[in-house]
Amino acid sequence: MKVAIFSTCVVDLFFPKVGQAMTEVLERFGCDCYLPENQICCGQPTYNSGYLKETDKTLHNEIDSLLSVDADYIVGPAGSCVAMLRSYKNSLKDDPEYAQKAAELADKSYEFSQFLYRVLGVVDAGAQLDAKATYHRSCHMTRLLGEATAPFVLLDHVKDLEMTPLPNIQNCCGFGGTFSAKEPEISQTMVDEKVDSVLSTKAEILISADPACLMNIGGRFSRRGEKIKIMHIAEVLNSNVDVKRIKYKKDIEKVEQ
Amino acid sequence: MGIATSTKPFVERVEEAKKDKFMQASVAKAQDAQWDKREAARKELGNWEQWRDLGEQIRQHVIKYLPDYLEEFADNVEKKGGHVFFAKTDQEATEYIKDLAVKKAVKKVVKSKSMVSTEIDLDKELMKLPGVSVMETDLAEFILQEDNWDEPTHIVFPTLHKNRDQIQKVFEKLGYTGSNEPEKMAKFARKYLREYFLQADMGVTGCNFAIADSGMINLVTNEGNADLTMAIPKTQVVVMGMERIVPSLKEAEVLDNMLSRSAVGQKLTSYCSFSGKRTDDESDGPDDFHVVIIDNGRSNALGTQFESVLQCIRCGSCLNVCPVYRHIGGKGYGSIYPGPIGAVLSPVLDGYEEFGDLPYASSLCAACTETCPVRIPLHELLIEHRHVMMDKLHTDHSLTNTIMKTIGVGTGSPILFKSAMFGANTASKVVSHHDHDSVAGFLYETGRIGKLHKPVPKFARGWTDIRDLPQPAKSHENFRHWFKKHKQEQAAKGGK
Repeated sequence: MKVAIFSTCVVDLFFPKVGQAMTEVLERFGCDCYLPENQICCGQPTYNSGYLKETDKTLHNEIDSLLSVDADYIVGPAGSCVAMLRSYKNSLKDDPEYAQKAAELADKSYEFSQFLYRVLGVVDAGAQLDAKATYHRSCHMTRLLGEATAPFVLLDHVKDLEMTPLPNIQNCCGFGGTFSAKEPEISQTMVDEKVDSVLSTKAEILISADPACLMNIGGRFSRRGEKIKIMHIAEVLNSNVDVKRIKYKKDIEKVEQ
Repeated sequence: MGIATSTKPFVERVEEAKKDKFMQASVAKAQDAQWDKREAARKELGNWEQWRDLGEQIRQHVIKYLPDYLEEFADNVEKKGGHVFFAKTDQEATEYIKDLAVKKAVKKVVKSKSMVSTEIDLDKELMKLPGVSVMETDLAEFILQEDNWDEPTHIVFPTLHKNRDQIQKVFEKLGYTGSNEPEKMAKFARKYLREYFLQADMGVTGCNFAIADSGMINLVTNEGNADLTMAIPKTQVVVMGMERIVPSLKEAEVLDNMLSRSAVGQKLTSYCSFSGKRTDDESDGPDDFHVVIIDNGRSNALGTQFESVLQCIRCGSCLNVCPVYRHIGGKGYGSIYPGPIGAVLSPVLDGYEEFGDLPYASSLCAACTETCPVRIPLHELLIEHRHVMMDKLHTDHSLTNTIMKTIGVGTGSPILFKSAMFGANTASKVVSHHDHDSVAGFLYETGRIGKLHKPVPKFARGWTDIRDLPQPAKSHENFRHWFKKHKQEQAAKGGK
């Protein structure tokens, strides 16, 4: 199966290990990975700020680049950015040249954990991590991409990983793209409440499927001088893997029968 | 002041809200309690998503045929001897009601809760008439009135920003001597208001839904005060936004069900009534019945990308899930319509000069869109407002504007982005210092992020004032570099 990796600008600029972990996990499950050279960014910084005209070029470039590899699927390590990719088909529906391509892009784009669970049918990625952790559910992944199950199932199956529920999991961490820089006063109260919620779980690790949320929450943890280890779900699922532990949905169904 | 509740600039209002720890705790507590109640009430109804589809269809249908339904409704009110007045502006509405009060020699007005009456400043306008007094009979609105006409901070729970001790103090001015227990204070208010009701000669209510095919007014409350306001005074005025209409009782039933569950987490509120002018066989109700239908900026939305904001049934659930409302409260928004719906509606009604900041007061988390019972795409409308301001009106001439346009160019050109990735680590050294051996992603290994020095460019300062920024990856350590090497190694091994 051919997979084009949608690396996202945040991972390209800040988090190489997330990209590496994701690639290694995908390859472990038999994906032949490609990294389309000319991709840049999903366009949210300008689109969500109201600069729609300025965003057109970004969207066109992203479509051309991600479709330049003849892949079966496009997989990215960020729920929010993938939700944006899928929304191109709405924002470009009247674009004679790109409407069709945007629809094609939407049909084959998946967030990493969603792809593992929904397309590959994986429930246990074979990982092991001896720690107590909590999971931050990103707003866009949950509400816009509609994926509220995959990361929880996959994390529940990581050997020795104790997952503690995050209180007020439904509340935004206060990132919101340019919102975090444009409205720092409001953003701070939001991220502070999120940091407090994470602290209340006594988790050693905070996990998420959206690197930008992690950058925000982690940045506030660091500024407050509080300690937490932050991991992207791909890094967790790539920890101490024993392929013998790998389980698919169909294996579990068989057991249940 | 119309819908504005403050003359202070947005940043000042937010600063004040941030200091108000009581308000924040109170809003958070209410939001969390409402979350459980609301979700349970919706679950109990079952098939909630299908109900939302139906609610959306009803509201879209009404908005599409609004002139027809308004005409049908007005005809039916008039057939029963009532009067209908269409007010283009707030002033036209208040003038009509004031003229009526003068004509009827009204002395005491009782009011039930109505956001649209707050929108048109009706209380204050009526009190300008010599010898006329006004009494808010909704418990929360009564508290606001007695607290020197404080402004509401929530469209369903107007006193969400006040605690029981503050309310006790307000009531003590009226002769209350009891404790701060809500039940005791409510009993006091009930007695106080009852006397006023019996003397009132004009009643003013809002309108949850106006029923087009019968000319009836549907009111939904938990205190019964709206029903008394309808039943006792001989002259009755209903003020309603022009969009608050449903074709028939059938649609009202659907929407009341959704409204009660969404607004307060109840199957149905304690009182849900349908009434109008007293008919010959009825013992109570108004003999003189007036409905004032108000535009006041609503038609700005008709036929535009903002039309769906008129679908709103004022349940307030978007306020109850909003993480921004949670922290800045109603006063932070500076509009009687706060929260996500307020951030969309206020600029539609009153323009960007007054409320242009509100569409930016959102992280676009879409909790509002997810909860809206009639499927208004609230967070998308916030982006749409930003779009109108930035791309069409060009209201931003600051450095931020230049930066955003530069980002637009940078994220549209692969060559520029690659050179930015190449230089990001070096460039960030201007604003950051870090251990000499730190690498990008080291946040994951040690739980630390590179600390930034000030000063940094204004736009980045919003980020760095409150949190640290990870060090950008050095070009030979970034993901793309790794991937290329990884592929070469695979090829060397004779793999793919």
